[in-house]
Amino acid sequence: MDRKPEKIKTIEDLRKIKESVKRANMLGSTGKTHKITVHMGTCGIASGSDTVKDSVVSEIKSRKNIKDSIVLTTSGCVGFCALEPMLTLESYNNQPAIYYNLDSQKVAEIFKSHMDNSRIASELDPIITDSKLGDFFKYQESRVLRNRGRINPFDIEDYIAADGYFALEKALKTLDPKKIISAVSESGLRGRGGAGFPTGKKWELCSFSGSLAGIKYVVCNGDEGDPGAFMDRNLLESDPHSILEGMIIAAFAIGSDRGYIYVRAEYPLAVETLEYAIKQAKQYGLIGRDILGSGFSFDVEIYQGAGAFVCGEETALLRSIEGKRGMPKPKPPFPANEGLYGSPTLINNVETFSNIPQIILNGAKWFNSVGTETSKGTKIFALAGAVNNVGLVEVPMGMKLRDIIFKIGGGIAGGKKFKAVQLGGPSGGCIPEKFLDIPVDYERIKEAGSIVGSGGMIVLDEDTCMANLARYFMDFIQDESCGQCVPCRIGTRRMLEILEKITKGKGEESDVQKLERLSEVIRETSLCGLGKTAPNPVISTLNYFRDEYEEHIATQKSCERLHIKTRIKEAETQKA
Amino acid sequence: MRIADIPKYDLQPDEIQIVEKIIEKHKGRPGALIPVLQDIQKGVGFLPVEIQRKIARELGIPEKDVYGVATFYSFFSMIPRGRNNIRICLGTACFVKGGKKIADKIEKELGIKPGQTTEDREYSLQINRCLGACGLAPIVVINDKLYQKVKPEEVMDIVYSYK
Repeated sequence: MDRKPEKIKTIEDLRKIKESVKRANMLGSTGKTHKITVHMGTCGIASGSDTVKDSVVSEIKSRKNIKDSIVLTTSGCVGFCALEPMLTLESYNNQPAIYYNLDSQKVAEIFKSHMDNSRIASELDPIITDSKLGDFFKYQESRVLRNRGRINPFDIEDYIAADGYFALEKALKTLDPKKIISAVSESGLRGRGGAGFPTGKKWELCSFSGSLAGIKYVVCNGDEGDPGAFMDRNLLESDPHSILEGMIIAAFAIGSDRGYIYVRAEYPLAVETLEYAIKQAKQYGLIGRDILGSGFSFDVEIYQGAGAFVCGEETALLRSIEGKRGMPKPKPPFPANEGLYGSPTLINNVETFSNIPQIILNGAKWFNSVGTETSKGTKIFALAGAVNNVGLVEVPMGMKLRDIIFKIGGGIAGGKKFKAVQLGGPSGGCIPEKFLDIPVDYERIKEAGSIVGSGGMIVLDEDTCMANLARYFMDFIQDESCGQCVPCRIGTRRMLEILEKITKGKGEESDVQKLERLSEVIRETSLCGLGKTAPNPVISTLNYFRDEYEEHIATQKSCERLHIKTRIKEAETQKA
Repeated sequence: MRIADIPKYDLQPDEIQIVEKIIEKHKGRPGALIPVLQDIQKGVGFLPVEIQRKIARELGIPEKDVYGVATFYSFFSMIPRGRNNIRICLGTACFVKGGKKIADKIEKELGIKPGQTTEDREYSLQINRCLGACGLAPIVVINDKLYQKVKPEEVMDIVYSYK
């Protein structure tokens, strides 16, 4: 940015920025002919998007005649991890194209085709964004992820040009807190962090809650600890302002003037992006004192986690912000009444906050026009594991699991057979083939023995040993249990020992019953969500894949020996 | 690990300076302990008992609370990390794609378990529970560089390239 930003006061100021960004990016009449966006999320950078960007810069430099006619920018992740590194090329005389699996040589080819011959580099088989959308994008509904790959997360004006902060203006200038809360309630939005508690209800509770010290907090839970989940990382890295905007609106609605964003330490790029976003928002008068000249003030700080899964639990997270061991507290009192430093605290997940601006801007009806009876709107899933198209997918609630895995995900990698899909991380369960036609919906997934969870969706193929997978999750929980209550600390240890015995081929017949009995006790008597849900991976695999446990016990074979046949087959096909 | 098992450590003058500067920066803020520990972990490389005592004194927090927090979170270490810190992701996606085999291989070759450092202080090994780059599974992170789709047979070449 070459000018010092002025604080934004009115909707006219927002519109002016929007127009000027649009003008600067317009191709054709302005003398600009191409816009190149290199996608640089964590996955992109790890796959080499830095080098790709350098190649683009040197290609541009080497062509003196077109140097000034190219707009080069970067953005966060497009969400199609399997194809990183990627870039999007928009040109005045051609359709926009996304090029993938790039290296320096391919960048050179792209420049040759586009700049020297003025045509799309068809030999690289790009995804053409307007007409021939890849199947991966075709069945998705990008609402929360609407800015993916489109805006530069390090430029607040890009976000404003995508109607960013218009919802905040609307909320502060034309709505009162009551109306905002009723819009959120009416939308039917439920917490996207896993539990699915109605968001409007939470806001309402918190707005009514009195505070002795006169302080209320808004906290964003960005401690995305579920293994296999990376939706929040992507949002924090690629569209940080949407989260900030949601938080400021929430603060106004419940009457809070300060907040924290808790980001796990494993996400350095997310922290860096967010820090910069907060700094910019302050410069533009969107965070701090007298926001948009409305008299409302709100300040927000980042708090970095230090590597503890249990801190995703809200009471543990709040303790962690207080600088203590992240150990959960019994509820009630709920954070809405007694949270951070004893004051009422509204705590929502990253994706939940990211949904808010659009609900305010487009209305509750627009939001709940998609979804099922009890689960409205869209949900982002992190699709990974044994599936072809690994990436982030945003779908309307109610889509069938089968469609997500096979239509969007492109089916199972390596021509293998589908075995199960694991949802909800260590608190969730596995869903087998026979339930693939159920719609994604908080209640229906629960009936099938799993949870929607925060959105991790790991696809498992025929080679996965389900008893071993259950052992893996129990190992995880055992490691991450805070140790405060006995059922979780000792119960999961006993379960892990039994599972280790079984998967080593030393299981006894009574072991399965012992697992079931322990599951029941741990579920009933643990203090927090981590313990209460810890047996889920075991219960669901016992429900649907009991034969695999029994085979281990009957044959007294370890995972390796039991699955040796598939491994020989694999080796043979690899040789061939 | 018991406190008694941890070898005594003499703080170097430059380390004392780093520690004091960091404490000064955060002192007085609510919830300062974790940011202080984080910055010192980064700046000094580990959190020996001697440093923890100093933090407790300066922040006016009981020593047991500092120790409690330092041992609760996995990013804190009371023993020095190696010059090269290897982190292996064992999130679900990395696990089903063979992350455990990579961990086993490194453990065997370097002769250390997760949480330990080699005797020459060249390498230390950590297991992480999902770094959120599941699309690239299985992954290994050395210092801050992320390696994707790592195979057990190649991983030692990557590791030794850091010597």
